[in-house]
Amino acid sequence: MGSVGAKDVPVLLTPDGRRIDGRKLDELRPIRIRAGVSHQADGSAFVEWGANKVMAAVYGPREVHPRHLQQNNKAVIQCKYNMAAFSVDERKRPGLDRRSQEISKVIGEAFDSVIFTEEFPRTSIDVYIEVLQANAGTRCAGLVAASVALADAGIPMVDLLPAVAVGKVAGAIALDLKKEEDNFGEADLPMALVPQSGRLVLLQMEGHMTEEELGQALDLGVRGCRDIYEVMKAALRERYAVGAPGGAA
Amino acid sequence: MSGEVTAEILTSHILDLASSGKRLDGRTADEYRPISVEPGFVVTADGSALAHIGDTAVLSGIKLEPGKPFPDTPNAGVLTTNAELVPLSSPMFEPGPPQPGAIEVSRVVDRAIRAAETIDLTRLCVTPGEKSWVCYTDIHVLDHGGNLIDAALLAAVTALLHATVPAKRFGIAEADYALEVGHVPIECTFVRLGDTIVVDPTVDEERAGQGRLTVATDEAGRVVAMQKGLVGAFSPDDVKDVVRRAFRHGERMRAIARGTGR
Repeated sequence: MGSVGAKDVPVLLTPDGRRIDGRKLDELRPIRIRAGVSHQADGSAFVEWGANKVMAAVYGPREVHPRHLQQNNKAVIQCKYNMAAFSVDERKRPGLDRRSQEISKVIGEAFDSVIFTEEFPRTSIDVYIEVLQANAGTRCAGLVAASVALADAGIPMVDLLPAVAVGKVAGAIALDLKKEEDNFGEADLPMALVPQSGRLVLLQMEGHMTEEELGQALDLGVRGCRDIYEVMKAALRERYAVGAPGGAA
Repeated sequence: MSGEVTAEILTSHILDLASSGKRLDGRTADEYRPISVEPGFVVTADGSALAHIGDTAVLSGIKLEPGKPFPDTPNAGVLTTNAELVPLSSPMFEPGPPQPGAIEVSRVVDRAIRAAETIDLTRLCVTPGEKSWVCYTDIHVLDHGGNLIDAALLAAVTALLHATVPAKRFGIAEADYALEVGHVPIECTFVRLGDTIVVDPTVDEERAGQGRLTVATDEAGRVVAMQKGLVGAFSPDDVKDVVRRAFRHGERMRAIARGTGR
């Protein structure tokens, strides 16, 4: 946004521990997930998470394009994270940029860690994430949408992959930063958890944290992921409920 | 769900049905699928709308930013239209730079908006030769169930009708104001199935089609853009018939875009 400068730093944390939108430090933004939103894809999901709107679709297992990426002993996971031009305050030029490519890579690798790829040699499982409205935490929202879409597509996986970012605002460790907190915060730590094993398959970090703070942040993130996991499962149950369109008869 | 190809047997079934005035989904030759628009779908845009025509979903977002006028039109703002047929929306689309199909959608939509004088570009000029607004219309296809052009323009004009010029944010005026919108063009697309010409084709009908024809009309009674696409041919009488039908559908869809009809 053109006019926002350092002079406008908002009050990120009140003395009684409330954040800019009234949340407590360990509180998530509201999350709504709908599975099976696309008529074309093999699996799909739409996630509204705070002011983020993200859609994901899965195609496959299908033929690998380009062919040279094909692997004889497993499926390849091809993930593309993309932001719509109008999803951010300052219009984003459409097309490939380095940030999107990096995010696509780490999300694809997270899914490769939980999908039984060996069951589908010489195929590709294509995961597409479109960020339509962004407000910090889009890679986690995209990953959550894609994970529900993969389950909707019937891709066998170890588990769903809930994800969330933990950050540091006004010196305090806080769950699930929104845009103002992300812009003026001191650290950002996105992660994706395999609930069944308790292990992390996506982990990035930027900013400043002490060893103690990092430990605290990891614990907080894991707890956040476990809450998101419940929302993901509920979305799939709703999609395949008896009597639901596309669900059991 | 439609696949990457349409079976020969389905194509001949579609053509057989058309010969007796019927369609796979039970519509008549001159009937659209259900149409709806949702303005303001994306708050990060200066104007936005999600348009549905049957299974097809297209999101359009408007962004206005200060820029420089073109040297040959120092008193005019700049209008650009860009369509992304992202691979999320169809098994037929692949990642990478825009393919001819996406470029065609962008250009056909852009032509209708320009020719109908939807936006008076001189009103987008701030300082002649120095500063003017650049109005970006970005079109993002979310679900490709056929007939992208009509859904794309419907989303785009609805977004423009609900757009705000962020003049305060960029320090150009004291307050933001609504974008001025002139004529509202609507595109209607038809495909030939044997001797029948059907409106609002699905993906399978597009693949079975023997020529596609898009006609853009505005409320001033003008035809403002046309595009014949795909392999096939139309007689001048076919074209006249299609234009007549496009005016009628256009009137109804314009009311939907304005929020005054359904």
